[in-house]
Order: sequence, then structure tokens, then C-alpha cells
Amino acid sequence: MPTVLARVGAFYGANPLHLLALLACFALAGYAALRTLAEPTWPVILLWFLGAVIAHDLVLFPLYALADRSLIAGLRVMRPGRSSAPPRVPAVNHLRVPLLGTGLTFLLFFPGIIAQGQQTYLAATGQTQEPYLGRWLLLTAAMFATSAIIYAVRLAFTQHAAPGSRDQGR
Amino acid sequence: MTRLDGRRGVVKDTGYGFPVGLWRRLEAHPPSGLARIRAWRSPLRGPWLTSVFGAVLLVSLPVVIITGLLSYIAYGPQFGQAIPADVGWLRLPQFDWPTRPAGLFALNQGLHVVLGLVIIPVVLAKLWSVIPKLFSWPPARSVAQALERLSLLLLVGGILFEIATGVLNIQYDYLFGFSFYTAHYYGAWVFIAGFVTHVAIKLPTMITSLRSRSLRAELSIPLAQTHPEPPDPTGLVTTDAAPPTMSRRGALALVGGGSLLVAALSVGQVLDGAARGTALLLPRGRSYGDGPNDFQVNRTAAAAAIKPAATGADWVLAINGGSRPITLDRAALQAMPQHTASLPIACVEGWSTTQTWTGVRLADLAALAGVAAPRSAMVASLEQDGAFNKATLAANQVLDPDALLALQVNGAELSADHGYPARIIVPAMPGVHNTKWVSSIEFRSV
Repeated sequence: MPTVLARVGAFYGANPLHLLALLACFALAGYAALRTLAEPTWPVILLWFLGAVIAHDLVLFPLYALADRSLIAGLRVMRPGRSSAPPRVPAVNHLRVPLLGTGLTFLLFFPGIIAQGQQTYLAATGQTQEPYLGRWLLLTAAMFATSAIIYAVRLAFTQHAAPGSRDQGR
Repeated sequence: MTRLDGRRGVVKDTGYGFPVGLWRRLEAHPPSGLARIRAWRSPLRGPWLTSVFGAVLLVSLPVVIITGLLSYIAYGPQFGQAIPADVGWLRLPQFDWPTRPAGLFALNQGLHVVLGLVIIPVVLAKLWSVIPKLFSWPPARSVAQALERLSLLLLVGGILFEIATGVLNIQYDYLFGFSFYTAHYYGAWVFIAGFVTHVAIKLPTMITSLRSRSLRAELSIPLAQTHPEPPDPTGLVTTDAAPPTMSRRGALALVGGGSLLVAALSVGQVLDGAARGTALLLPRGRSYGDGPNDFQVNRTAAAAAIKPAATGADWVLAINGGSRPITLDRAALQAMPQHTASLPIACVEGWSTTQTWTGVRLADLAALAGVAAPRSAMVASLEQDGAFNKATLAANQVLDPDALLALQVNGAELSADHGYPARIIVPAMPGVHNTKWVSSIEFRSV
């Protein structure tokens, strides 16, 4: 028996239990997908399912990865002649954190921010989406301001802790 | 991928399954674009970090899944009013949704929605941590790997689909154009299939990886001492690490901070009073004012096309199911014993609010109709269209002492938007089944 299992394993590429688990997975997912065929809108559902993967893997991820590389490159360019010495207090995460906070809140709450679905929103709540853009901008401002204050405090603290390093750096 | 060792009949990462020639040829011919992708350089990626995110999701996602499925049951599939109605073999165990504790549905939906939102940063971080695998070549060296990758499409597609539809639905943005309930239900099953399989396959890897580093020790390592994890067979650890710009503890704090931010911006929709305003960017973080009827409206009278003439002095409530039909006008209802109860009203979208309702007990109306032991009750609204213009209540929901046909809220007449002249309020029942603008109730004894 062990040799048979080993042969099946070599043929398939993993333990036969692996195959059983995957077949069960495809059967369940396939059945659920089949049930959606009763919906006239099933092609749209399928499109959204695949679209969600594409939107994340091939749009959102490349965009934020590119933004992050640009941020790092930009910060390096802004410190001419000092790229070899690390900054006393790196600014990169003081920009990353509020940028990510801004991006995350937009990603989750964009319907209100860009006032999408106004009619269904009004029908459901009796209100408009008017305040959200302003609130989001204020929240963004607060995140950047908080980050800037922490950066300034850290910078001051570092300078006080190592007064000699101020001149050395220049 | 080395998932199993040789003794257990297993194939190493570099080993090919059948047909060997095909997999070898595939590996030898990477698409030209792929070679141009510059190396993944983050020194933080590695099996330990991925496993930390994985462990968080392994604990939290089952809660989201179970509360989601319970929500389906709360809608009453036994009365054909859960959506989708006919789910074939994906039928869930059916039981009468309890009326106690009164906040049960509010708790269930609050957990489902708030926790579902809170884990989004963790999901994104988990995907970031494994994304080099998506672009690694060859995509597979055996049928096993090819099938496993296909199952990852179900896993990732499933969770992103559930997140996208859920996030849009709680903001009334029906951009997708299909039935939210149906798609979210079947999408959940696709996700469950991918999730359970992924856990079954990867749990040993996760445990081994978590043991490879001490979380407590990792939390004391600053940026300057942050180095890549040791090279691993899964290929998550880069061979060409850029200098770190963030410590590993910093990355964990960043993701955790993202989750805390989302929690702070969404938990307000289940709170009353000033705390509600903390849900700054969500529909249910808004105030309607200070009056007795100034609380969250779900579907306005205008949207339901309720004409003022239909709710005026001529309005009567029809009660059917007894030996003879009864009609009661508002004065007759007001003359009956009035009962007051403080009850939450909670929506599938996760928000809830507790108000003080006054009206006639449904049990009293059933007794008046001559149906002392109703098995269920069908409540219809004046609303002509709309998916929720009627609802069937189970026996426990009719007979609960706090189950009311409410005429007043917070000591005042119901407003048009809250269901004047009369609405249903039953403890722990899904919000949309608390029918507004009630026109008739049929008590059923079979």
C-alpha cells in the first residue's frame, strides 16, 4: 500500500488527501455557483467575482506598490548628497501611515464620499450624502496633522538627545 | 512547495508531478512580461508574518461566517422569506429564531458587519504578504499545485466579493445591480469552500511558521535590527532584500492600527446617543434630531409610496384567521390595553437603535381574533411594492409579551417614516420584518 500511495503522490504531486480536499472544495463552490444560474443576473455576479480579484491583484496592489516606491524614491531625491547617511528620524512612515489611513477610509466609505447611489440612499434613510466628503477631508487632515506633530516631536526629541548629531548631519 | 516529507509519499518543491515534460516545459517558458517585474524586495515578507495575519483571520473569519449564516436563519427560511428562498442542498438547519435576548439580532448583525469591516486591513495585509506567489513562475509543477491555485481563486475571489458586496450594501450603493442577499449568500459558500480547504492544507505550515519566531521577542525588535526571515521553501522571503523602512512590529502595528481605525469609525452604528456620531462616514452615524421620532429611518414613507389618504381617519386594521374577519380602527386599538417595551430595532446592515415602543400586544390581537395559539402570523403593509411589504412571524415572535403592534414611540405618535398609523416591533427580529404601515394581520393556527 505505501508504494501505491507514493506512486499516486508522485503522479499527482501531493498526498491523495490533498486531492480529496480540493475536490470537495470545487464540488461545494461549483454547487453554489450553479445555484446562482437561477438568477437572471448571474453573468454580472460572475463578473464581479472575477473582477474583485483583478481589481485587487492587478489594479489596487500595483497602484499602492507604485505609490510606495515613488514615496521612497521621492524622499531620497529630496535629501541630495545625504542618501548614504540615514535620516535622523525617517519621514517615510510619517507619510505612509496617514496616506494608508486616507486610502483605507476612501476604499471602505467611497460611496458616501463621492455621493454614489444618491437615490437609494435617500429612499433608505431620508437623508443626503452631503456631509461625507467634508468629513473625510477633515479626517484626512487630522491624520496628516497628527502624524506631522509626532514627527516634529520625534525630531525635537532626537535633536535634544543627540545635540552633536545636528551639525554632523550637515 | 514542500508540503509533505518524502516518507509520507511526497514531492519536493523542485519535483514535477505527471506529466513531467509539460510542467518542465512550462517552467522553461516564462511569459516575457513576468521577467520584467523587478524582484520583490520587502524584507518583511515571510512565512512568519503571513502566518500571523493568517492566524488572526483564522480566528475572526469563522465568527463572520457563522453570524452571516445565522442571519439567514433569522429571516425565517421555513416561511420562504429568507433570501435566496430556494437554496437546494445549501439549506441551513431551520429553527424558530429566538426573541430573547432582545438584542440578539442586533448583536449578531453588529458582529457580522463591524468585525467584517475590521478585518479588511488584515485581509489586505495578508494578500500583500503573499502576492509574490501570484507572479511566481512556474505557476505549478504538478496537477496538485495547479488545482490548489485554482482553489486560491475561490478563496481570494470569495473574500473580496463578500467584502465588496457587503461594503456597498451597508451604504445603500447598489452599484452591482444584482440581488445583494442572493449573491452574498452564494458568494459566502464559495468563500467557505476555499477557506476550509486552505486551512486544511496550510494549517501545519501556519503552525510551524508561527513557532519559528517568538511574537513577544519580535515586538521588541526595532527597525535597525529588522532582518528578513530565513530563506523558506515557499519562496515568500526575498533573496534581494531592500533596506527595511519599517520594523516587523511596525508593520503589525500598522495593520492593527488600520483595524482599530475601522472599528472606531463603524462601531458607532450600533450605539445610541452621542456615541453614534463616531461612525463619521457611515449612513447610520447620523443624527435625525432630538424629537421622539428622530432615530434611524429604514425606507421612508415617500420611498414606499405611502399616500397620506391611506393612513388617515379611514385607516383600519384587518385581522384575519379567526372565525370571522375583524377590523379595528385606530381608536379601537388605542382602547385596548397598551403595553410599553424598550426594544432595539436592528438591520441586516449591522446598525441598531433602542427605542421605547407603546402599543397593543400581538398576543392580545390574536386572542381577540379567536386564535389563542397561533402557529404564525402574516403581517401585510400598505406598501404595494417592495420586497419587505409583508412578513411572516413565527409563534414565539407573535406570543412574546413584548411583541407589539406599536402605535407610539418614545411617548409620541409614530411618524410617517416610522410606520404611522401602526407598525410591528418584535424583540430580536430582523428589522425589515418589523412591518411598517400595517394594513392587515392574519393569525394562522396551522
